[in-house]
Amino acid sequence: MDFLQKLGHKTLSRFASLGRSTRMLIGALVNIPNPRKGTPLLIRQLYMIGHQSLLIIMVSGLFIGMVLALQGYTVLVGYGAEDSLGPLVALSLLRELGPVVTALLFAGRAGSALTAEIGLMKATEQLSSLEMMAIDPLKRVIAPRFWAGFISMPILALIFSAVAILGAHLVGVDWLGVDSGSFWSIMQAQVSFEKDILNGIIKSFVFALVVTWIALYKGYDCIPTSEGISKATTETVVHSSLAVLGFDFLLTAVMFSG
Amino acid sequence: MAKLAELDVESDLSQAIVEIKDVTFSRGEKTIYKNMSFSVPKGKITAIMGPSGIGKTTMLRLIGGQLKPDSGDILFEGASIPNMTRSALYDARKNMSMLFQSGALFTDMSVFDNVAFPLREHTKLSEELIRLVVLMKLQAVGLRGASELMPSELSGGMARRAALARAIALDPELIMYDEPFAGQDPISMGVLVKLIKSLNEVLGLSSLIVTHDVTEVLSIAEHVVIIAEQGVIGSGTAEEMLAHSSPLVQQFLQGLSDGPVPFHQPASPYEDALLTKGAR
Amino acid sequence: MNTRKIEILVGLFVALGVIAFAVLALKVANSGISGSGESYLLNAKFENIGSLKARAPIKVGGVVIGRVEGISIHPQEFVPVVNMKIDANYECQFSDTTSVSILTSGILGEQYLGISPVIASESARQSCLGNEAAGSSEADELDDLFGVDSKALKNGDMIADTKSALVLEELIGQFLFNQGGE
Repeated sequence: MDFLQKLGHKTLSRFASLGRSTRMLIGALVNIPNPRKGTPLLIRQLYMIGHQSLLIIMVSGLFIGMVLALQGYTVLVGYGAEDSLGPLVALSLLRELGPVVTALLFAGRAGSALTAEIGLMKATEQLSSLEMMAIDPLKRVIAPRFWAGFISMPILALIFSAVAILGAHLVGVDWLGVDSGSFWSIMQAQVSFEKDILNGIIKSFVFALVVTWIALYKGYDCIPTSEGISKATTETVVHSSLAVLGFDFLLTAVMFSG
Repeated sequence: MAKLAELDVESDLSQAIVEIKDVTFSRGEKTIYKNMSFSVPKGKITAIMGPSGIGKTTMLRLIGGQLKPDSGDILFEGASIPNMTRSALYDARKNMSMLFQSGALFTDMSVFDNVAFPLREHTKLSEELIRLVVLMKLQAVGLRGASELMPSELSGGMARRAALARAIALDPELIMYDEPFAGQDPISMGVLVKLIKSLNEVLGLSSLIVTHDVTEVLSIAEHVVIIAEQGVIGSGTAEEMLAHSSPLVQQFLQGLSDGPVPFHQPASPYEDALLTKGAR
Repeated sequence: MNTRKIEILVGLFVALGVIAFAVLALKVANSGISGSGESYLLNAKFENIGSLKARAPIKVGGVVIGRVEGISIHPQEFVPVVNMKIDANYECQFSDTTSVSILTSGILGEQYLGISPVIASESARQSCLGNEAAGSSEADELDDLFGVDSKALKNGDMIADTKSALVLEELIGQFLFNQGGE
């Protein structure tokens, strides 16, 4: 009986939280924001969420590209197929690593910051005080952050992939001596714009939605104490990383299995 | 005496800015208010007092429409807050403002921008006019010299004064103070008492103070409501309250540690707890 | 930090994103944009397609002119049918005597389709393009005279002359069989 009650309680609270998060998102997105007031808010958040994540994304991208080239080369050279380094690197980046690693880094860098910021705004009664000033915190606080995250992540994923391919070129061509011409041309022959690049972009839009949503909801719904905020921040990173990996599998199965 | 107090409230009803009628509110299993009624007269300083943990802040949130009562009605200037549509509620909130315990200043803006915030959001005034209004409000609370500081650079008392300047920026009808004196040193406490009183007189607004700092608030409150045990246990002027016959009121006002409000949380008998193994 | 500086930095961020997109779209996936133009479909029946996959390139003399669109089984004959998507520039250029074979690039490389084209006659091309009137010329009659009844390949046609993939086990089996026979 105890077990059943626990199970029921867990299920109900999960559904309640799903409902609250959906209501939060819809509340934030239903009204088109006033462009005169909304644009500066959005720009500020794009700066905080997007531009501030540039460095970590570019540095990680460079290193991941370089490592991919190094590891790929050692395997491929055994078959005399080191010319295929280009497509190996480009396809794994565009289809998987670009969107996924960007989303994971984004969850750690920007998602946790969003949760902590909103949680603290809740704890210091800033959200309540907005409400009492007749300003909807969903529109004023949540909406610009959501859009900024949703726009930023695909851009970051593109930058990540581009930098990583340059990093792979650096190691593969300039260091290990793969022919530059075949590096690019075989890559071009194998990589399709619609199948690989567009699908990768679609993936990162989905991840952007998931990660930003989780981060904002965890902050908005947290228990406004220092312990509650630290728990919410941890949950943001854990839940959004798991969600990204889960969705990645689903999307890959739909997009690339055919 | 109690009768007199009630009569006084009755005569004020016609000019009440907030009326609480038969409100019942519970959080989870716990009933916080049961059929509570009182009113806040217009243009006066009203104090709601009571021991901590009986939901005084909850009362302010009910008046602000952030929470809804289980039953009963709350009228603000004659309009029912719980039954308002969202947009009507937002319009009503433009006429009231609330000073939160922590001040709740926006940490990413300077003091000046904090005070200008409601003006920029709700009015179409030019930046130059907004600057004038903000400087006036800051002058009123004595913080004009701190206008460029960030909230993190302010002391607790200054933060509360800055928040007060923001609360009066739109010239509301009603200001609700949530524990304005909590954790303040005697000087800032004195400053706040003086500010609340002078703002009330100069701007002609109504003030509602929720607090348990008896001496400070009795010196300025013109109407006192004491809440305990899920309802109002006494209301009237400060003098009437001090002479109130109820032992509960007296215990609270004089700060006695034991009385009708017991010192101990309800628990099993002490001897049993000590002698039974494993009991807590 | 003032608004102008933030706006500039956000502009920089977005510009970097656009540059990255352009690099990926043009430099990394060249075939995509230029190859996504108009195309037409041809079919070919094989006995065995080996490990040919959808999206494998179709080449004429090593130059990619199209990709494998899909592979299915013929409903009556139970042999694999390969659908080929070929650049529309080559519609009605090949004669129906053209042959297709499944080839392998390198020892371990991907399999691809190689087309050995037979160029369609002028008349066949015209009739294929639907210019019937212009087609009935002397050359047409000449072809008839020699009994050459060739048509040009257009959308949806089936190529008859196909060469299946070489399957290593079959080759070895054949080799052993021949050895035993001697």
